[in-house]
Amino acid sequence: MSALTLRLFGNGILATALNGIFGSLKATIAFFICIVLILAAVFAPWLAPQNPYDLMQIDFFDAKLPPMSESMNGMVYLLGTDTQGRDMLSAMLYGLRTSLGVGLTAGLLALVVGSALGLLAAYAGGRIDALIMRVVDLMLGFPTILIALLILAVLGQGTWKVIMALVLVQWAYFARAARGAALVEVNKDYVEAARCLGLGRGRILFSHLLPNCLPPLMVIGTIQIASAIATEATLSFLGIGLPITEPSLGLLISNGYQVLLAGLYWISVYPGLLLLTLVFVINIVGDRLREVFNPRLAA
Amino acid sequence: MTAFVIRRLLQAMVVLFVTSVIVFTGVYAIGDPLEILLPADATMAERAQVARSLGLDQPLIVQYGRFLMNALSGNLGTSFVYNRPSISIILDRLPATLELAFSALVLAIIIGIPLGLWSGLRRGSAVDETIMTGSILGFSLPNFWQGMMLIMIFSVYLGWLPSTGRGQTGTILGIETSFATWDGIRHLILPAINLSLAKISLVIRLTRTGVQETMPLDFIKFARARGLSSRRIVTVHVLKNILIPIITVIGVEFGSLIAFAVVTETIFSWPGVGKLIIDSIKVLDRPVVVAYILVVVTMFITINLIVDILYSILDPRIRSKAP
Repeated sequence: MSALTLRLFGNGILATALNGIFGSLKATIAFFICIVLILAAVFAPWLAPQNPYDLMQIDFFDAKLPPMSESMNGMVYLLGTDTQGRDMLSAMLYGLRTSLGVGLTAGLLALVVGSALGLLAAYAGGRIDALIMRVVDLMLGFPTILIALLILAVLGQGTWKVIMALVLVQWAYFARAARGAALVEVNKDYVEAARCLGLGRGRILFSHLLPNCLPPLMVIGTIQIASAIATEATLSFLGIGLPITEPSLGLLISNGYQVLLAGLYWISVYPGLLLLTLVFVINIVGDRLREVFNPRLAA
Repeated sequence: MTAFVIRRLLQAMVVLFVTSVIVFTGVYAIGDPLEILLPADATMAERAQVARSLGLDQPLIVQYGRFLMNALSGNLGTSFVYNRPSISIILDRLPATLELAFSALVLAIIIGIPLGLWSGLRRGSAVDETIMTGSILGFSLPNFWQGMMLIMIFSVYLGWLPSTGRGQTGTILGIETSFATWDGIRHLILPAINLSLAKISLVIRLTRTGVQETMPLDFIKFARARGLSSRRIVTVHVLKNILIPIITVIGVEFGSLIAFAVVTETIFSWPGVGKLIIDSIKVLDRPVVVAYILVVVTMFITINLIVDILYSILDPRIRSKAP
């Protein structure tokens, strides 16, 4: 692990990434919005004006109030209330927390599983390589939403089941990227040297090959986290994603959909804008990282 | 060429077989359809009788064997809910989905390619920057929310276009389609835009990358030296060369449009297979879920095969390499 940390911080992949981001105004702004959103999600319980899932704090008489309305007890609903009388701003902060949590967990798990399999394929070659890549091709041949539907139709609902579906959908992207990067690296002298030293397969894979394959994985990782968040929101909107006890942004939007035609626009518009902002800024940062780490594009 | 097609066909059948096993065993694992079909106060005898009539009392492998034999003769089971053959329910609704996906694909091409060309030819300019940021926005926009906003703006506030249903259909060349009537087209506009937006972004990016890779090549320089107008260079020489990757991706994306139609159809109450599958998953209507997935996977494999063949027609180099 130490070689990995060294490569990240000492050898400057992270520094290159940050320099790249700060080299573009657009990416810098996106990066800071990203940080703000993550902080808002982490500190949601302290930032939110009310706990939207504590029934004691919700007043049904405040239901469906438009933005900037004042409650009987003097509280101002900046973004209005939903059909149950919940403060939209609070519900959105909690929703952001759920969406980001699920997206990050799924994205990172997929990164770990996918890169491990990709590295193994590149290093082992032969039959193992062929088998892993056949499965990867099969997975990438089908659209994410179809695979997710299939998995959830099989597994049923639940937070961890959604995460599992997202990981199963996404690992193939990481495996392909890791294998591609590792195939270039595996023939270099330092791998030969490590082999001559008699180091074990695991050690060569994870402390020698992996650190040198990080840049493309970082790019894919960023984009896949955005994609995981969007896919989870879509599944929740369709009613086969997260359970109602843990409402993500997708579920909030879905609630708003029921009353959209009645003109209660704020119940779906604001959570949607938040979701869009979240996915958009992560994608902007990812796009910038792609430019930074891809010498062919930079030329 | 024939050997190539035959080999691809064999591969396709293996994929289809594997999918059928996974889907069947997987879908078998979800819930107990008897819970839904029977009233809560049904007796054990009634349960056993219904289970027997549906074949649910047999071991899994026997159920799969029976399923496979039936599937090979075009029978994918009878829907628990509609009490009709599931394949005919799917096929009844498929044209609506295909029409939607096709419209979205056409939109993606006629909007995406020109914007991508424009962006690629003016690399680094304000136009390029705007189009590229717009394309990131295009695939960041959550599909379902974007559809709701379209409804809110164009149906609720402006009242220009209808928000739900397919509208009136007519027949053109014996095919029942929305294109035949003005009402049908009006109903089609919003769902088609909703479905196409992410694909427009994709086509823009592909075209732009293609232009950037083609412009520095020698044959473009040569075309310039021959004194050809830039319009001719772009529309004939550049476009012809970037068409192959675009066509490949578009072919594959047509399948993805059919899958993503699930979301669009749910929002716009479009009576296609996407809405059907979501409803069926929710009520555990197994035969319909299995039939949907097998039909869509078959379509996917067919599309990929067609793309591969088209590919070798467009680029003779690939044909000569094919075993």
